Amino acid sequence: MWIFIIKIICVYLSAVGFGLIINLPHKALNAAGINGVIGWLVYFTILQNFGGLASANFFGGLSVGLVSIVVARFKKMPAILFDVPGLVPLVPGGQAYNAIKNFALGNYNVAFDFLAQVIWIAGSIALGFIVAELCLKVEKRVRKITGSKPII
Amino acid sequence: MENVSIEYEQCVIDTCVLAGKIMIESGSEMTRVDDTIKRIAKNAGMEDAKAYITITGIIMSGSRNIGAQVTPIEKREFDMEKIAKVNQLSRQFAAKSISIEDFHDNLVHIDDLVAKFPLWLQMLGAAMISGPLVLVFRNNLKDVIITGIVGMLGWLVYYLLSKYIRVRVLSEFVAAIVIAVLAVLVVRFGLGTKVDDVIVGSLMPLVPGIPVTNSVRDALSGNLISGPARGIEALISAGALGFGVAIVLHFM
Repeated sequence: MWIFIIKIICVYLSAVGFGLIINLPHKALNAAGINGVIGWLVYFTILQNFGGLASANFFGGLSVGLVSIVVARFKKMPAILFDVPGLVPLVPGGQAYNAIKNFALGNYNVAFDFLAQVIWIAGSIALGFIVAELCLKVEKRVRKITGSKPII
Repeated sequence: MENVSIEYEQCVIDTCVLAGKIMIESGSEMTRVDDTIKRIAKNAGMEDAKAYITITGIIMSGSRNIGAQVTPIEKREFDMEKIAKVNQLSRQFAAKSISIEDFHDNLVHIDDLVAKFPLWLQMLGAAMISGPLVLVFRNNLKDVIITGIVGMLGWLVYYLLSKYIRVRVLSEFVAAIVIAVLAVLVVRFGLGTKVDDVIVGSLMPLVPGIPVTNSVRDALSGNLISGPARGIEALISAGALGFGVAIVLHFM
């Protein structure tokens, strides 16, 4: 249990740290960190309870995308400010490294195994992002037809 | 629009092209650039302005009275605050609280308006990415602090090299070599426990996350020139990092 809480703090720190590197505005740093935590929690919950890297990463990416769109409206800043740092904890760094290492050591079968995982994970995260943007477009369209005010 | 002067139109086109250039240089996705340029032109009363935007240049034409503008884009870095600033200026222009001349002036002097984080804070950021992610990815609590230090040094090497050499691939390659050598040494001297975990964590600040995300977005939103181009950029960066690590692992 303790390790879980420490992990959440670590996810927050890593998202804020990436924000420092890519020069986020000061006001966006905290929101980016929280966005990272939410995305990672969704990813972790699905991975633990249902299994499957693709679905976990898809829903992780989807929640990061949706939260960043909502926060972007709230703060009147572009959404890309929040979704790029929020993505950092989901990046398949370990698998990519294993692929490279096994290529270097000549174990091509293992390397291709890990490479397939990397492509699969990256693809599902990107698909989650696209679906989040699609939700935004649908919402705009619905608002245009019904003429209602935005909720957020 | 018959009543607007040629100077005014020229200024609008200049502003649009400059805004687009700054956004692409800072790492924005193409849809946003396209949207911002069209919005500025529309708010300035030039409905028929057209822009052709790619990752390496912008071509934009106004009405028949003035010529088209071409801007090459040569450098690409990541500076989210500039994107936010352009966005904010565009909003202010839409609300008519600044004129187009002020807008253009602000864009020209954007380097003075936007503050960068100092180097020590960026290094702290690199440490904050490297260390914690070892725990998140690898469940390894022992190596968190030492990975943070190695990642910080790797980022410092990358930062200094890209400041003075300006070839991104080369600085990534050298930084990866430095990280791998440091990781091996650290474990040999008993400061860390697993070489693999230290390398994975320390490489995270250098991983091309933004180009990959932007590449997929651009390609799927129909921008078939910028999407693959960014993908190749990300692939070259990843390849440089991978080769750097692979060489060191081979010899040590």
